[in-house]
Amino acid sequence: MTQTLAMSGYGIYVWSTFALTAAVLVYNEWAARRRFRSVYRDIEVRIKALENHK
Amino acid sequence: MWKWFHQLASPPHFYRLASLFIPWLAWPGYALVAYGTFAGLFVAPPDYQQSDAFRIIYVHVPSAYLSMMAYMIMAIAGGIGLIWRMKLAHAVAASAAPLGASFTFLALASGSVWGRPMWGTWWEWGDPRLMSELLMLFLYIGYMALRSAIDDTGKADKASAVLALVGAVNVPVIHYSVEWWSSLHQGPTLIREGGPAMDPAMLYPLLANIVGFSLVFGAMLLRRVRSEVLRREARTRWVRELVLAPGENG
Amino acid sequence: MNNGAPRVPGLLAGLVATLRRDLLLAWKRPGDVLNPLFFFAMVCTLFPLATGPSIEQLRFAAPGVLWVAALLAMLLSLNSLFLTDHEDGSLEQLLVSPQPLVVLALGKTLAHWVTSGLPLVVLSPLVAVTFRLPGDTIQVLMLTLLLGTMSLSLLGSIGAALTVGLHRGTALLSLLILPLAMPVLIFGARTVALAAAGDAYAAGILALGAYALGALSLAPYATAAALRVSNE
Repeated sequence: MTQTLAMSGYGIYVWSTFALTAAVLVYNEWAARRRFRSVYRDIEVRIKALENHK
Repeated sequence: MWKWFHQLASPPHFYRLASLFIPWLAWPGYALVAYGTFAGLFVAPPDYQQSDAFRIIYVHVPSAYLSMMAYMIMAIAGGIGLIWRMKLAHAVAASAAPLGASFTFLALASGSVWGRPMWGTWWEWGDPRLMSELLMLFLYIGYMALRSAIDDTGKADKASAVLALVGAVNVPVIHYSVEWWSSLHQGPTLIREGGPAMDPAMLYPLLANIVGFSLVFGAMLLRRVRSEVLRREARTRWVRELVLAPGENG
Repeated sequence: MNNGAPRVPGLLAGLVATLRRDLLLAWKRPGDVLNPLFFFAMVCTLFPLATGPSIEQLRFAAPGVLWVAALLAMLLSLNSLFLTDHEDGSLEQLLVSPQPLVVLALGKTLAHWVTSGLPLVVLSPLVAVTFRLPGDTIQVLMLTLLLGTMSLSLLGSIGAALTVGLHRGTALLSLLILPLAMPVLIFGARTVALAAAGDAYAAGILALGAYALGALSLAPYATAAALRVSNE
């Protein structure tokens, strides 16, 4: 196990890179979803307000 | 066949199709990435030259590949939008930019971290691939800066499409000039020119990651395009009906 | 014979007219031409000030320093390529004129090269001598600048057209143009460095020439498209 973690001495480089990749992927997923929700919500609010005025 | 193409170009159809496709891209994509990453980290044998440090390739190559693919998509979509006046194409271009920039950043970071144990420095100005990726990052930043500087969406679309096309024409020139520039000072390169003469146990996880990352990128792109389409079409009837329909939460 | 309608001037006439107009305007405002030149000289002065006057260092760094300074000076002058026309409305006149916009854009770009690029080529030997560059290297320098500034004017006109009238257009212009200008810088500076070291430099000159030709044939179309977009 420690052998795997150590990666023959390059452990910190390999693992930090993979961690960074995971972070970038997670960030992009989160950001895309957040953007969608915020756009959707804005539209929903505006349209429902218009509906209520009718 | 043209009917299908025309249907695709209609925003409500595209919206529906995109929503449908996203899971079909994301799940297989992440599955492949999981396999590729696991096998790349634990199953593939260590490289005889670079030992375990070479495993960074499983992240670096897909990122670099996607950074260029995203730029091509951005440029081609912009071109289609410009020539055929398809707003949807512009939406795709706008969505591709931040994704492409992310992967370019990842390619640079992974390349830099890889370089540290290999060359002893965090940055090697002489490596042509790193330099090309850096210039590509600048191209993305310029594209996004231009888009945000122009208020009118239509104008921003067209201006950035022109910029993306000009950039696309220049990308091969940039690659070639950086290659020439670094060949004058013979420096080390990250990836041996051995290429696909790799041991299959090393190669398959790499291919899996390349395909997997691409599928994941596709899913993220579609998700962003959905947002873009909604935003641009906010005042149309189909969006109104979509939002008012019960049980719809996107 | 004559059907009574006024004859519309042809392509070449349109090109020449645009060229003449801009050259005349530049003649009347010499500051616009001189400022980038002073800027070039000053940037070149910054380097010895910053890194010390050691002759060996300076001669070694000279090709790069001179080229970067030229690039920055060109960027500086590109800002105003379409700005004054945009402000006083003559840009719209260009857009609705019967000549193809491509030709008029080319005319303006060539005028820019004559007023910004050529002066740099002429001034460069003076500055290069202070860096102790030998005579034949200086010739190579002038040739690379001649071809390179042409490419920079052409590329830069695209950026200037895209950013005309934008808030903070200046910084944005530089941001857009610099990545595209990298190949020109690489070929220009390294070719001079090769010449200074006595190595073969023909490849660089050919590359610069090819780039300039490519830019000459393609860039005006992009500039025209960008002008239309910016002014709709």
